[in-house]
Amino acid sequence: MAVLQMQHISICALKKDRKKILELLQRMEMIEICDVMKEDILFQKMDLSNSKTIFEKNVSIANNALEILGSYVKEDKSMLSSFSGRTVTPPAAYDSFRSKYEEILKIAKKISACAKQIAEAKAEIIKLQEQLEMLKPWLNLDIPIGFKGTKSTVVHIGTLPNEWSEEQLYMELASCMPVHLEVISKSKEQTCAFVLCMKEVSEQVIENLRRIGFAKPSYSSKIAPAAYQEELSDMILKMQQEMEDAKQLIIKMSEQRDNIKFLADYDFMRAEKYEVIGHLLQTRNVFVLTGYIAERDKSAVEEALNSSFDVAVSYSDVSEDEDVPIKLQNNAFSKPIESVIEAYSAPGKGEADPTVPVSLFYYMFYGLMFSDAGYGALMSVACAIILKKNKNMEKGAKNMIQMFFYCGLATIFWGVIFGSYFGDAVDVIAKTFFNSNFTIPALWFYPSSEPMRMLTFSMLLGLIHLFTGMGLKGLQFVRQKDYKGLVYDVISWYLLLIGCILALLSMQMFADILGLSFVLPAICSMIGAVLAIVGGSLIILTNGRESINPFKRILKGLYALYGVTGYLSDVLSYSRLLALGLATGVIGSVINKMGSMAGGSIAGVVLFIPVFIGGHLLNIAINALGAYVHTNRLQYVEFFGKFYEGGGRMFSPFNVNTKYYKFKEKINNG
Amino acid sequence: MDKLGIVFALLGAALSALLAGSGSAVGVGMAGEAAAGVITEDPSKFGKVLILQLLPGTQGIYGLLIAFITLSQIGIIGGSSDISLVKGLLYFGACLPMAIVGYTSALHQARVSVASIATVAKKPEQFGKAMIFPAMVETYAILALLVSILSIVGVGSLNI
Repeated sequence: MAVLQMQHISICALKKDRKKILELLQRMEMIEICDVMKEDILFQKMDLSNSKTIFEKNVSIANNALEILGSYVKEDKSMLSSFSGRTVTPPAAYDSFRSKYEEILKIAKKISACAKQIAEAKAEIIKLQEQLEMLKPWLNLDIPIGFKGTKSTVVHIGTLPNEWSEEQLYMELASCMPVHLEVISKSKEQTCAFVLCMKEVSEQVIENLRRIGFAKPSYSSKIAPAAYQEELSDMILKMQQEMEDAKQLIIKMSEQRDNIKFLADYDFMRAEKYEVIGHLLQTRNVFVLTGYIAERDKSAVEEALNSSFDVAVSYSDVSEDEDVPIKLQNNAFSKPIESVIEAYSAPGKGEADPTVPVSLFYYMFYGLMFSDAGYGALMSVACAIILKKNKNMEKGAKNMIQMFFYCGLATIFWGVIFGSYFGDAVDVIAKTFFNSNFTIPALWFYPSSEPMRMLTFSMLLGLIHLFTGMGLKGLQFVRQKDYKGLVYDVISWYLLLIGCILALLSMQMFADILGLSFVLPAICSMIGAVLAIVGGSLIILTNGRESINPFKRILKGLYALYGVTGYLSDVLSYSRLLALGLATGVIGSVINKMGSMAGGSIAGVVLFIPVFIGGHLLNIAINALGAYVHTNRLQYVEFFGKFYEGGGRMFSPFNVNTKYYKFKEKINNG
Repeated sequence: MDKLGIVFALLGAALSALLAGSGSAVGVGMAGEAAAGVITEDPSKFGKVLILQLLPGTQGIYGLLIAFITLSQIGIIGGSSDISLVKGLLYFGACLPMAIVGYTSALHQARVSVASIATVAKKPEQFGKAMIFPAMVETYAILALLVSILSIVGVGSLNI
């Protein structure tokens, strides 16, 4: 219900306790560190960015290792495990991890090294295979490709473009006989040839050969191609073995996955801690920590510190113009909506926490738009099961699920009021399969048969919502003791709007449109007109009050009065309550109708069940989303537009911001 | 000539499902392309971009809704289909807001959704605000839906 009062805290303690104290505060998550005091000759800050960098590097080594492990050994994760949150671990585990630290870090590094080895081996194998491919045309050659010749002969080994036969080649070299030549292999693209000639004619031979496109092969070796091929194959086998070994090693090391996760968290926490230490003012033996703390948490922190350390704790009030972080506190019913507020903006300076009024309307509007008892029950039960199964859920996810739980309850409520149970499933099933006219009547009325009535009701709720918003603005003025503002900006609008409504309600035409059963007597029209004129003139006279020029003032006032059209569109905007509510109901009926098309026979039942289940699940998915989006819109645009500015900064405590494990100081009640 | 009433009424129903549906199909497609792009960089944003992708999809559902209400009113789904030409034309007119506004609003909502997906890609914590922008466009689809529903229900009770 409230924005918690913040105070400055400063903790002065001995340096030897520094790490222990910081670890304690980190696990308590109650203090936001900030620099309040300036450095001087005695108290100075330390530059610890070096050690911080090392920890951050270790975190990335560990995360890298985890990623590698994930690609070789899949972690078995169920669909719902994303709700289960981090494993809660007692602080003792944190302390005892120190002894294993070096070893685990080594394993993490080893995993990275293995992965690197595998990647290198893979690249090497590809290279070797390419060489094997190149070797293929030469396999019939029984001397090494690099062979140059003997004392008096020269050997030319190389390729010719296109297909050549030995005879054709002899013809080309006819002028330099004696020559011995062999075609090693030939294809349409190239011919591999071996030419042996006397040393004296070597120049001439090579010239003749070049003319027809002769080229030396792109590689050379000292052993015959067949032997070389064997050697390459052996090397590939060896590489493959190496890869397999490395893979086995990684799989074996995956037993340490949990420890590596711990390592990632451990060093992440240390990096954060060192970040904070960098902000501390220190002398040789003493350090001072300053920050924000909620007044509520003061005693808990002080008690925890005093029980194990020698510390001096002092508090001071925050000053007016400071950027104080915002921490909200609400009861269990409204708390889930805090995240909705947070998604918009934290309350600004001097603003009240809007969570409770927002939560009331939020659940109500969600229920109206989803408005089906069956869907609501499914949603609430699903959320309740998730909440029950995962006691240890992260805060954000938990808020979300709790919010949908309450939204589901509201949906059941409105579903019963408007007689919707999986659309008109009750009627359809009774009629198709049991041939009876059994039905669960609506507690109030069926919106689909009386849409105008529902529209009127939606707009009435909208008016209440808007008036509440204006009322909250008035409350804000009262809190700031700005009574002028209260009269000029809130009461004047109340007068104008109520006046207009009274006048409208006393018109027969308006009552006909809305299908109202009553018309206010003419006297109300008079009262309404008077109220509207008083309110309107108040607005014209005062809403431009920041201008001194009277002419400009009146103009601004007139412009403000024009804002009444905004109220009209705001109220009309609530017609989405009707539209989305009808959408849920009518689509549900379409599904039931489609399912019951085959009649009441066995075949009818067989058709009905899958259509019913699949169709309604689809309808739930679509309309739960629609209701969520449009409920948010009504709060953010229509409601907050009346009174809420936001712009504050959420409290972000020095905490354990880890990925896998949660360290809590008080396990018993945490 | 008397028989033409049902033809116009069906034409209206078909148009509302057709235009609003194709607008949504294009819209969800556009937003889906953008969403898939975000997932290549950061798969953890799937839930958020999926919601933004689905937002332009509602018009198609509203179109279906209007088509269905019309079909059941004019007796094509159950009941008798004996309606006058005037009534048929009235139904046709009643379907038009949803058909036309549904089509245009789905396309424009899709463009806002794409922009919001880009916002979420860079600043996932601003999801709440990013979601509101496409929802603003949807307001007009909802207003059109409302007019169409009220008209169809109203026409049904007229005695001409």
